Amino acid sequence: MAAKLKVATTSLAGCFGCHMSILDIDERILQLVEIIEFDRSPLTDIKHCGPCDIGIIEGGVCNAENVHVLREFRANCKILIALGACAVNGGLPAQRNHLDLRDILEEVYHTSPGLALGSQIPNDPELPLPLNKVHPIHEVVKVDYFLPGCPPSGDAIWKFLTDLIAGRTPHLAHEMMHYD
Amino acid sequence: MSEKKTFTLDGDDVAFEPGQTIIQAALAAGKYIPHLCYHPEFKPHGSCKLCTVKINGRPAASCTTAAQPGLSVESEIPEIQDQRRTMVQMLLVEGNHFCPSCEKSGNCMLQGLAYDLGIMSPHFPQIFPTRPLDASHADVFLDFDRCILCELCVRASTEVDHKGVFALSGRGINKHLIVNAESGKLADTDFALTDKAAQVCPVGVILKKRVGFAVPIGKRRFDATPMSVVIAEESKTKETV
Repeated sequence: MAAKLKVATTSLAGCFGCHMSILDIDERILQLVEIIEFDRSPLTDIKHCGPCDIGIIEGGVCNAENVHVLREFRANCKILIALGACAVNGGLPAQRNHLDLRDILEEVYHTSPGLALGSQIPNDPELPLPLNKVHPIHEVVKVDYFLPGCPPSGDAIWKFLTDLIAGRTPHLAHEMMHYD
Repeated sequence: MSEKKTFTLDGDDVAFEPGQTIIQAALAAGKYIPHLCYHPEFKPHGSCKLCTVKINGRPAASCTTAAQPGLSVESEIPEIQDQRRTMVQMLLVEGNHFCPSCEKSGNCMLQGLAYDLGIMSPHFPQIFPTRPLDASHADVFLDFDRCILCELCVRASTEVDHKGVFALSGRGINKHLIVNAESGKLADTDFALTDKAAQVCPVGVILKKRVGFAVPIGKRRFDATPMSVVIAEESKTKETV
């Protein structure tokens, strides 16, 4: 039997909804693990990505850590897939892009009513610095395939991955094609 | 009555009445040509360029070109479809088209066209323009993030409602939809929910208040069936009824 394909997944500025949708392939995941092996992924809790055949990215890029993780994936994965609205076009987190970052942080952590006395914008050096704007991942690295949807359905993810693994150009029928 | 005159669209014969444009004749015959600024009840506008076809080998807008006997019209050919894909991608990055939060999702012609063209990504860098919402009116709100400058609301308000509520202002990338009031707010115009201009927006700019998600996602106009099929069927029915 041929060696299993290595697949890594991660969520950047996403909500893990797309990962939940990956799990929505239900028992077909048993068929999937016959032919693939997960590397770095929230499913394995492996922290860094080794050389992989397929990298699946959920979420856009909203902070410095996202940029590092995304570049690690690009460096290690032969094929990189943008999974879901946020990875494809910034999605919900990008709705902050018309606001000034400093103003947002001030309002959320400093000036909103109901905050504890002395609340400040968090500045622990361990926290990744937010970017001024949220970006779709293809604005940072080359992306090979895009699968839109918020989230894409389990069926769409299954169709996409099985097409890709079988060496076909992934194609979604109308009922699987959704931006919402 | 003499026999109907015909041209060919992607190899199929399409009959037309004198005075019809290519897109009018095609739709009447139940054949879809992609479009955004064209609306059967309004004069051709020729601005969105999505309906561009090759007529005897030369590109032209099918909404502004009169049907003539013997023309060879090509629409669904790779060269034209690629151009349409690029134009829709440019429209997608030029505004803020966030479908998951949009009440128009599933009924939206821009989205429907993007699905039909198989657009999986916006391709170009997002511009993320700042376009504040106008929720001043009692019955309708305006989400300018989604405007594609088709001018259907402008035309409807001017030609049908005779109110002139909307206009386009600025040039090039700065072109934008404005409301004709000193305050710039819709509440300060005589715009009403019953206006034609409230019915024609192909995207999610002009939206009725208090009906959000009354029809769930999945049950909307283009959710089950591709927009190209829905529009072709509807146009054909109108013609034959």
